[in-house]
Amino acid sequence: MTLILSGLFNGLSVASILLLVGIGLAITFGLMNVINMAHGQFIMVGAYVAYVCGNLATRVVGAESAGNAFLLALPASFLVAAVIGWLLERGLIRFLYKRPLDTLLATWGVGLLFEQAAKNIFGAPNVTVLVPKWLDGSVNLGPDITLSYARLFIFGLALVALGAVYAFLFRTDRGRLVRAVMQDRAMADCLGVRTERVDAYTFAIGAGLAGLAGAALCLLGPVGPFIGTDYIVQAFMVVVLGGVGQLMGTVGAAAAIGGLDSVFNLQYSVSIGQVIVFAAVIAFLQLRPSGFVRTRAR
Amino acid sequence: MLLFVFPNALDPFRLNLLAKYLCFAIVAIGLDLAWGYAGLLSLGQSVFFGLGAYAFGMFLKMESAHGQLPDFMSWSGLDVLPGYWRFFKDPLFAALVAILLPAGCASGLAYLLSRSRIGGVYFSIITQALAFIATTLFIGQQPFTGGTNGLTNFATIFGQPLKDAAVQTQLYRATVIALALCLAIGAWLARSRFGRLLIALRDDEQRLRFSGYNPAVLKAAVFGVAGGMAGLGGALFAPQVGIVNPDSLGIILGIQMVIWVAVGGRGTLWGAVLGAVAVNGAQSAVSEKFPDLWQYAIGLLFVGSVLLFPGGLAGAIKGIPGLLRRRPTVAIQPAGAENIEAEEAEKLGAELVRV
Repeated sequence: MTLILSGLFNGLSVASILLLVGIGLAITFGLMNVINMAHGQFIMVGAYVAYVCGNLATRVVGAESAGNAFLLALPASFLVAAVIGWLLERGLIRFLYKRPLDTLLATWGVGLLFEQAAKNIFGAPNVTVLVPKWLDGSVNLGPDITLSYARLFIFGLALVALGAVYAFLFRTDRGRLVRAVMQDRAMADCLGVRTERVDAYTFAIGAGLAGLAGAALCLLGPVGPFIGTDYIVQAFMVVVLGGVGQLMGTVGAAAAIGGLDSVFNLQYSVSIGQVIVFAAVIAFLQLRPSGFVRTRAR
Repeated sequence: MLLFVFPNALDPFRLNLLAKYLCFAIVAIGLDLAWGYAGLLSLGQSVFFGLGAYAFGMFLKMESAHGQLPDFMSWSGLDVLPGYWRFFKDPLFAALVAILLPAGCASGLAYLLSRSRIGGVYFSIITQALAFIATTLFIGQQPFTGGTNGLTNFATIFGQPLKDAAVQTQLYRATVIALALCLAIGAWLARSRFGRLLIALRDDEQRLRFSGYNPAVLKAAVFGVAGGMAGLGGALFAPQVGIVNPDSLGIILGIQMVIWVAVGGRGTLWGAVLGAVAVNGAQSAVSEKFPDLWQYAIGLLFVGSVLLFPGGLAGAIKGIPGLLRRRPTVAIQPAGAENIEAEEAEKLGAELVRV
């Protein structure tokens, strides 16, 4: 029983991380059909923004309460990553909308540039980010079941991010424009929507969410130039499995992959667990090629 | 010339480097068939390369262990040789596995994916996930694969010491012959009816389907060939490098393979060979002197080759006759060829935006 419960919590925790990383991808890849291979590097940008925030705060208010600057770092990392994303879209990606495979290669190149830049600026070794002291502890639910506050915080953050994206897309005028452009670009263009502008800020939001995820990952451990790369492959699998362009599908897929991952990790080993999850994804796509949630065509 | 002049002209170290590049070139030919012709961009070609390398590495390991238990197995607490390792004492068996296993895996994966009509970027992402998973699997199964270190300490091949210059030259010659063979097979396939079907597959899959062909079978076939070539490249790579580790299965190598083909020029087989040799040559030359610079260079190479030269080196070389004919206009505008190229690229970009 305890094994099942701790497995369940572990699964939820992995799923919330995947969701947080994947939700930005669900926007750039799912809605815009742009394969942003630099997504992992945007995560890294967010993480380093949190690092810089922590350092600045140490200088201003001292090391004692500097951890609280992390709360400021979350929006800051979103903004910085979003601005860089906006520049990337304007400078490069908009030339490649018709050639998705080429976007993939070009953004991978951009990712390499970011990575090397991070190595040169911050150094290759990992750095530790100051996090609030009150996130250090954990809740004990009986023997052997501990929930760290950090993981709970990430879980909450993933839900908030999901809610915000949902509200933006379905409850605001700008969000409606985004959906209109993604569903029928030519028609939206005819009706006077400035599609180029919509493209730019949609991409910026996707990048910003990656930055947010990066800041959140600081809670789990030290930060290095390759922090994003560890998560990016699984995040792509989440989006493919969830059904492209479907937020709810992304949530379901993150839960499924996170859950399966933790179950098989307990049962077998990490490596075998990942192989089984991969096989399961391929098998599932045999049955339902368009993922969990199918887009209905009228 | 590759076969006879270079072994005498180059020192053993350079010859060994060139041999490695030629192994990569074999992989690039296969990848070009799949991507340049059939439009299947695989980011996990390294997996097939790595499988080939491991399969032949197992033979080398068995020979070096002289019938004993290979060293890493006893370190990992294994007392008995796993059954399937026993077969790898036979070089012919190892070579066959090195080619057929990756070919089979590739072909099966491509068939399964295309059957459920997963193509385009999804195919790329799933092949990349394959590379990710293969790496974790091979690292995790240390008793059977040597873990992070991989297979090391190869001493001999067919009773000859592997480090011997003469042996290395023979291996180099074998690589050149294999490359020529693959190039011939590739060219023959590309020119045949099969090659035309592949191009049709790339350009309009729906139409091909409606014409009564099964795209899944075609994709499985071409991806199988690509996988087999990758495996062959890996099998030749193992004895020349003297080590097989999980890096040779990984995501980084997988995407590097794509950049060789992109730089060389997709859709032209000799372009892929050129790209593999040129990019790797440049990598050795630059990273020997400025290790940091190389990553910037390759990042820019990705962006530049996609944005400015979609045809790659091969496309640029093919374009030279046209440029020569347009010389007069260049002479009138003393702006220099580079500026004109940039202007053209900008125009191209603007057109794309308008489209």
